[in-house]
Amino acid sequence: MGKVSAKPVLFANSIPAQAPMDPEMTNSSASEAVAIGAAKRTPEVIARRVRGLSDRAIAWLFIAPTIVLLLAINVFPLIWTVYLSFTNYKANRAARGVEWVGLDNYRRVLTDSDIWHNMLVTGHFLLWTMTFQVLIGFGLAWLINKNFKGHGVWTTVILLPMMLSPAVVGNFWTFLYQPQIGLFNYIVGFFTGVDPSSFEMIGSVNLAPWAIVIVDTWMWTPYVMLICLAGLRSIPDYIYEAAEVDGAGPLRTFWSITLPMVLPFLMLAVLFRAIENFKMFDLVVELTSGGPGSVTELASINLKREAFEKWRTGLSSAFAIILFVTVFGAANIYVKALNRVKQR
Amino acid sequence: MNRFFKTAVPLVLATVASGVAGKAAKAEDITLCWAAWDPANALVELSKDFTAETGVGMKFEFVPWPNFADRMLNELNSGGKLCDLMIGDSQWIGGGAENGHYVKLNEFFDKENISMDDFAPATVYAYSTWPKGEPNYYALPAMGDANGWFYRKDWFARPDLQAAFKEKYGRDLAPPKTQLELKDIAEFFQGREIDGQKRYGVAIFTERGSEGITMGATGALYAWGFKYENTPGKYDMEGAVNSPEAVEALEFYKELYKCCTPPGYTDSYMQESLDAFKSGQVAMAMNWFAFFPGLYKDEQVGGDKIGFFVNPGQKVEASTLGGQGISVIAYSDKKDLALQYIKWFAQPEVQKKWWSLGGYSCHVAVLNDPGFKDSQPFAADFLLAMDGVQDFWQEPAYAELLLSMQKRLHDYVVADQGTAKEALDKLIEDWTEVFQDEGKL
Repeated sequence: MGKVSAKPVLFANSIPAQAPMDPEMTNSSASEAVAIGAAKRTPEVIARRVRGLSDRAIAWLFIAPTIVLLLAINVFPLIWTVYLSFTNYKANRAARGVEWVGLDNYRRVLTDSDIWHNMLVTGHFLLWTMTFQVLIGFGLAWLINKNFKGHGVWTTVILLPMMLSPAVVGNFWTFLYQPQIGLFNYIVGFFTGVDPSSFEMIGSVNLAPWAIVIVDTWMWTPYVMLICLAGLRSIPDYIYEAAEVDGAGPLRTFWSITLPMVLPFLMLAVLFRAIENFKMFDLVVELTSGGPGSVTELASINLKREAFEKWRTGLSSAFAIILFVTVFGAANIYVKALNRVKQR
Repeated sequence: MNRFFKTAVPLVLATVASGVAGKAAKAEDITLCWAAWDPANALVELSKDFTAETGVGMKFEFVPWPNFADRMLNELNSGGKLCDLMIGDSQWIGGGAENGHYVKLNEFFDKENISMDDFAPATVYAYSTWPKGEPNYYALPAMGDANGWFYRKDWFARPDLQAAFKEKYGRDLAPPKTQLELKDIAEFFQGREIDGQKRYGVAIFTERGSEGITMGATGALYAWGFKYENTPGKYDMEGAVNSPEAVEALEFYKELYKCCTPPGYTDSYMQESLDAFKSGQVAMAMNWFAFFPGLYKDEQVGGDKIGFFVNPGQKVEASTLGGQGISVIAYSDKKDLALQYIKWFAQPEVQKKWWSLGGYSCHVAVLNDPGFKDSQPFAADFLLAMDGVQDFWQEPAYAELLLSMQKRLHDYVVADQGTAKEALDKLIEDWTEVFQDEGKL
């Protein structure tokens, strides 16, 4: 804020009608001129009301709606969820009354083998989607960065999957994975000679976890590619030219220049995607409903079932808090690592 | 200014008046919520008579089956006013009654001389009463239903297939009388080429997300004599839920799934069963009787090509109950109009028309009619099925109980994890925890 914004508002009506622009005006004085102009256009009714308010008060006035909204839809529900996690509350049986159960819900969640299974499934999904998306995304970005003929068209084509709705993607991949008529099975059969109807991507215990990894990778690799592309294009050409003068080969250039300079971008992409995939729900529900059995039942799917199908509100609140702390803690550690990489 | 007032005031008044008039017209509408399926279309047709007689308009909120419970239970739990009437699943009656979602209808029935004796006892027990069997009515039986079977009658009649079957199994190829016979027939058709196409044995329910695999597997479990409790009302499940017969039945269902379903049939419910049959993939399929009128009319596989049979027994004759009662929602502002609909719907003449349009009436005036059995090719089987129907828990905690069973059955049958005994043991653990939470154990 400072002097620029304060002056015009406080003394809006005492400002001369037209302040001529100095041709050598600095950036700050340009902003001041804009602010003065805005102040002049402020209706007298409003100007009279805010006259006499301090900078800080005006600042609070501006951000108050956002703060209130945040408190109402973020902070309050979070505190309320923490409270509910210590009770046996059931949202569908409100009349039953609420009892304080202490840490019992947390104990139940942390000792439930099914929930640990969900966490393992989520871990598998995270690990492999991140691995594939980073490798393929970086590779595609590197290729697109070559500026070959038609690279713009290819960029658009590659970006298409991430523009679709996850529910739609999940749904149409169930058809692609269909053993008898599915395109995916047909292509695999065509190249390997295996009978397409002899394997079931979403019905097999062994293949289903990979089926969801493939679809997520197909959909979100373009996102990683886009961020990597931004990283690659931010590397100045003179660094490569200097490396060439120093006699560095392509491999050395890649390891010593390209990778280190793209790494912060890559890590940022991984952070965004990992948080998203930790919460992954819609795509997998449409694809497998968590099946066969519970083989692809991610933590978020089980959480939804506990909260809104079984209506164990207290228990699911504890589960949600545990997931929140997990992702929040991991993200914080990761961000610190990211900052260290950026400082190098 | 004067001119402005002269123009604006009448306009505003006219707008307000039309709004009020619109609202008055809307006050005579009621909304009925149900699943989106064939019988719902029949009900829309039937309800036109109600509107013609009473002037009360009918709106409908139909939700596809996979989302029906989720959507409607959320509506009830949030005290929503979307529905004035609801044709809710039979298992919801406990929650509907205990949580105050449904209006108790006893006084209304007494006042309007609606007798529950006019409806088939099994349907009154299943769709209307809570606690079970007590004369506390929260719904009028609206749509009788059970899980049944249909088959390719034209394939069964082919001499070459008849001969091949007889040679292999030593009996005629005919609708099965037992579950084991059903599996024989399914195995016989599995992978067999008929008219140049590869066919499969059977389409059964394996769906994971809502209620599919439970509704399918209980068809086998009930046939083997499965019980939820040793003593009704005591929640003593050990030895009942995991009895040797229950284990055998569950193993059977898994074998049937493994041996005789089409490839990729891992998450299939009503629609997938219909699709598999209508596309000529399978020789037999399970589904609710509610779909049978539509199947019989189907141009490709209906008419002479289709036959129907009741769920085969094994140790006992039993079928999985479907169907629903119609309830008045306690949160509705139009309960009087909703009750008026129920009074109209309970009339024998309306019930007869309901059956003729494709709805399964539970009224004795329809079911006891001498011509009923011959009125449709599946009518006799429907009566037979309704004689031996069994339902899932109808407890207020039904959703928790159902989801546990979905998980344990799918883990065992489709995902190949553990044994049948382990699946049922884990189910008892889950259910015990639920009943402990409920304070019933």
